[in-house]
Amino acid sequence: MTSPPLGPSRPSPSGRYHVAVVGAGPAGLAVAATAAAAGCRVALLDAAPAVGGQYWRGRDPGVRLSGVDVMTGSAVWFVSPGFVLHRRGSDPVAAERLVFATGAYDRTLPFPGWDLPGVVTPGAAQAMLKGCGVPIGDRVVVAGAGPFLLPVAAGLLEAGVRVVGVYEAGDPTRYARAPAAVAGARGKAREAMSYLATLARHRVPYRTRHAVLAARGVAAVSAVEVGQLDRSGALVPGSVRPVECDAVAVGYGFTPQLELPLALGCATRLDTDGSLVLAVDFAGQTTVPGVYAAGEVTGVGGAALAEVEGRLVGAGVAVATGHRSPLSEMELTRLLRRRSALRRFAALMHRVHAPPAGWPEWLTENTIVCRCEDVPVHRIRAAVTGLGATDGRAVKALCRPGMGWCQGRICGYPVAELTARWRGRPLTAADLAVFAHRPIAQPVRLGDL
Amino acid sequence: MSASGHLIFDGRRVPVKPGQTVAAALWAAGIRSWRTTRETGAPRGVFCGIGVCFDCLVTIDGTPNQRACLAPASPGMVVTTQLGTGR
Repeated sequence: MTSPPLGPSRPSPSGRYHVAVVGAGPAGLAVAATAAAAGCRVALLDAAPAVGGQYWRGRDPGVRLSGVDVMTGSAVWFVSPGFVLHRRGSDPVAAERLVFATGAYDRTLPFPGWDLPGVVTPGAAQAMLKGCGVPIGDRVVVAGAGPFLLPVAAGLLEAGVRVVGVYEAGDPTRYARAPAAVAGARGKAREAMSYLATLARHRVPYRTRHAVLAARGVAAVSAVEVGQLDRSGALVPGSVRPVECDAVAVGYGFTPQLELPLALGCATRLDTDGSLVLAVDFAGQTTVPGVYAAGEVTGVGGAALAEVEGRLVGAGVAVATGHRSPLSEMELTRLLRRRSALRRFAALMHRVHAPPAGWPEWLTENTIVCRCEDVPVHRIRAAVTGLGATDGRAVKALCRPGMGWCQGRICGYPVAELTARWRGRPLTAADLAVFAHRPIAQPVRLGDL
Repeated sequence: MSASGHLIFDGRRVPVKPGQTVAAALWAAGIRSWRTTRETGAPRGVFCGIGVCFDCLVTIDGTPNQRACLAPASPGMVVTTQLGTGR
């Protein structure tokens, strides 16, 4: 094995970095900057060619990274004992402490026609527009659940795209019933209001308790069917109507990216939004000593929370590696308060924008659930109700969902949820973990092994 | 980053702008799919857009299974529709 690269300054006694941070989004950047300010030798790794993650997406995050060895283009695919990070195409990196800040990606629910070209996630619409200057369509429907739908729609409008409708499955008026939680995250409400103003200015219908139930088209999407949902998340009979469009951006919140910490044995829990997240203590340490987590992997909560968590974890690992905390008592208190407030708001957000309970009713027997392996609903149903599969592992073995290229990243949540429902029990962390365990975290060539 | 010019997609010239991925260049030219699935032969293009779903796999300069949403587009590149497992 090659020795870890040593930077020019402050080699730690063991010849390793004090801390290696995986993921350079808002959380990872804050961890790295804070730990480096305390005198730690820090390596910051990210698979992308630039820092910033999906949030900053190539824009300057404005974080001072002096003293940080920034390793972009570093897709970490495996962690070996001694906290050695193996990356594709370059030397491994070793550290005394690891911080996972690997973020999240769009969570999607299957529906008839969701595999038609032109049906994409809100994240894809944002990546194409902000990253490459290419709008996802000329007449776009934005749908799903969560506050992220708003900047996606507003961004498209500002690029001159016709947004034919924004359909939010949740009921955002429920925010008004928790004024204390909203007051703790005032910036978020302001931001949402400014996006809603953009929508209003362009006369874009913003319909809450509405969902895209199906996409129609031949070689690509040409229309969607939109329906109204009742308070329980079930479809209101007779409310379905077609909306013509040439692209749809649809997603229901986010799924944290956990393969590396799971491979190390870090314990997980089911969060209020139904996501599998890492269990962490007050200091952001996972159940594996020396392994920390910050940002979306500890619970989906947005960039502001990720940054606060990152600063706290950065200070924590600095102290754990024998450095003085770079945070004053006052700053520490302020950050801890802010973290509590933002976590309270995130829990509220999860309740308001929960995936609609009625989504399995929109499926037909032939709707594809696993896009990689072309597994339709009826094969999963047969595995559960006919062949007696009681959990996702058995379903996987019987009909292959989650065993293709994406390794269950896309169909893991829906297959786990359908399996639990058809067994007549609630979704558990164990259901999701079946689809989240991926010992090799990134596709590698045999030559990399 | 990559320069301006054209890539060739299934014999057709597609403009490339600096900083674009292969997926973005194809999409900007009105191309919505560049792969068919193994079992049903259904057309696929961009879905997640950030390298997670592998729906956008494409053959670039003879190498199959490249994620079009991550691969930077460059002039002169030869991109071909990928059928099934990658031929």
